Amino acid sequence: MALIDATDLSRTFVVRRKDAGRRSLRRRREEVHAVHGVTFSVEPGEMVGYIGPNGAGKSTTIKMLTGILVPTGGRLTVAGVEPSRHRTELARRIGVVFGQRTTLWWDLPLRDSFELLQKIYAIEPARYRENLDAFVTLLELGDLLDTPVRQLSLGQRMRGDITAALLHDPEVLYLDEPTIGLDVVSKGRLREFLRTLNAERGTTLLLTTHDLQDIEALCDRVIVIDHGTLAYDGTLAGLHGRGGSMRTLVVDLVDEAPAISVPGASVRRVEGPRQWLSFPADASAAPVVAAVAASYAVADLSIQEPDIEDVIRELYSRS
Amino acid sequence: MADASVVRAAPRQYAWIALMWIRAALAYPASFWTLTVAGAIITGLDFVGIAIMFTTIDTLGDFGLREIALLYGATGVALGLADMAIGSVEQIGHHVRTGSLDTMLTRPVPLLVQVCADRFALRRLGRISQSAVVLAWAAVPIDWTPARVAVTLMMLVAGLGIFFAFFVAFSCIQFWTADASELANAFTYGGNTMTQYPLTVFPREVVLSLTFLLPVAFVNWYPSLYVLGREDPFGMPSWFAFLSPAVALALLALAALAWRTGVRHYTSTGS
Repeated sequence: MALIDATDLSRTFVVRRKDAGRRSLRRRREEVHAVHGVTFSVEPGEMVGYIGPNGAGKSTTIKMLTGILVPTGGRLTVAGVEPSRHRTELARRIGVVFGQRTTLWWDLPLRDSFELLQKIYAIEPARYRENLDAFVTLLELGDLLDTPVRQLSLGQRMRGDITAALLHDPEVLYLDEPTIGLDVVSKGRLREFLRTLNAERGTTLLLTTHDLQDIEALCDRVIVIDHGTLAYDGTLAGLHGRGGSMRTLVVDLVDEAPAISVPGASVRRVEGPRQWLSFPADASAAPVVAAVAASYAVADLSIQEPDIEDVIRELYSRS
Repeated sequence: MADASVVRAAPRQYAWIALMWIRAALAYPASFWTLTVAGAIITGLDFVGIAIMFTTIDTLGDFGLREIALLYGATGVALGLADMAIGSVEQIGHHVRTGSLDTMLTRPVPLLVQVCADRFALRRLGRISQSAVVLAWAAVPIDWTPARVAVTLMMLVAGLGIFFAFFVAFSCIQFWTADASELANAFTYGGNTMTQYPLTVFPREVVLSLTFLLPVAFVNWYPSLYVLGREDPFGMPSWFAFLSPAVALALLALAALAWRTGVRHYTSTGS
């Protein structure tokens, strides 16, 4: 049975706006469809990336999945229950990490926060110690346990938050922008940890992100939401194919040259000895690189991945 | 809905969270004691002010200093206990703005328990003990009977209940407008200030509104009249003295309703 089952899920907000043109104090009621008729289901053990541009409805969906927000339409069950009706009961079975804010107690050392969570979630003491030891080792939190949360760096705090969300062995972990603001090393470590978590404990992961590399490193499946509606649900490779997204090969030639001509790629821009070549994201870079290197004197090469905004923009301009 | 097991677990969950904050506060003993003593001194100055007035007057609104001390001490203890126990509920607007309310909503503990126990401030004991000392001083000349002892205890418990209800009910406004914490203060601390004096200093209309509109007169005024063995100066029935628990329960029911409505509003708008 699916762990998350959303059918025609909708959430409409009523906002009041001042009438722009008229000189009146009356405010117009306006309906905003933050999430509109979204249908998807997630099986236990899946790692799903839930992506979309700002304001697409990602956070609204997460809020409905956790029971914080009541849907205005459709049907939603998580772990067999309706989240908004059984919020407190469901809380024991899910973990939530918000990248932009901490769920820990700001003035208290990590250890105190964790111990309180043990009581609140009624985690069996032996299991608690086992989990705490495991996460402290995996996330290298050992030296930080007695530091108040407010003194932690963003990356350290995020590791603390993730531990806090996992101590009670949740079946599903929601991560809202978990890597936002982290440096490259921290991002890499975090992804590694999440992969291990999913592989060893079978925890289902649903994460929203702006970083396509999070998805590439973690998710076999991507759900794209835009303007509140489901735009795509499938593999990442399929998304690139569908969106016709392009990767970019940046070539630094030894000397200035006219536009490079190789099969499978086209020059988009030339600036002195540097040239930008586009090729389809689902094609291998190797033949393009080989062709360039065979015909030109190359000083340096680099490949830029398409970012998520571009992929979605492409997806929409085509449909 | 709120079944019995949820209600049974709530005091324990409250205690866990409060204890954690107490431990955190006691980790800095110098700071804790400074704040506690400062709290006692600041509120104590209120009463010193009244006592100084009594060097030039003998009665205020026909009440002596010891009698006023009873009123002052009773409302001070009731407000102090309510403030310590659940004063943090005033921070609801802050939780809405920062999103910490969302975090609390994803934990398996009732929201009211989490909001009230958040940042539990043991240092308010300073203020409470100051009021308790004044109350004890007021109690010395009273001719104690079992009934008067019972009414005094009832007064403190009901007063706590009334202020509890005010804190919760007026804080709920912040579910709609996140910056309204001052409004709650006007009713809780404002009500406390009014009831520090014998209501005979106010016009009859004020007393009527403090009885029927914003019933803080039941926090200390009516029970105190009974304990002091005085006739009601405004001619209210003498059984008003025993009405405080009923008033407290009614207000608590209204506060619970306001809370539910507030939370429902939040979970249906998300802002």
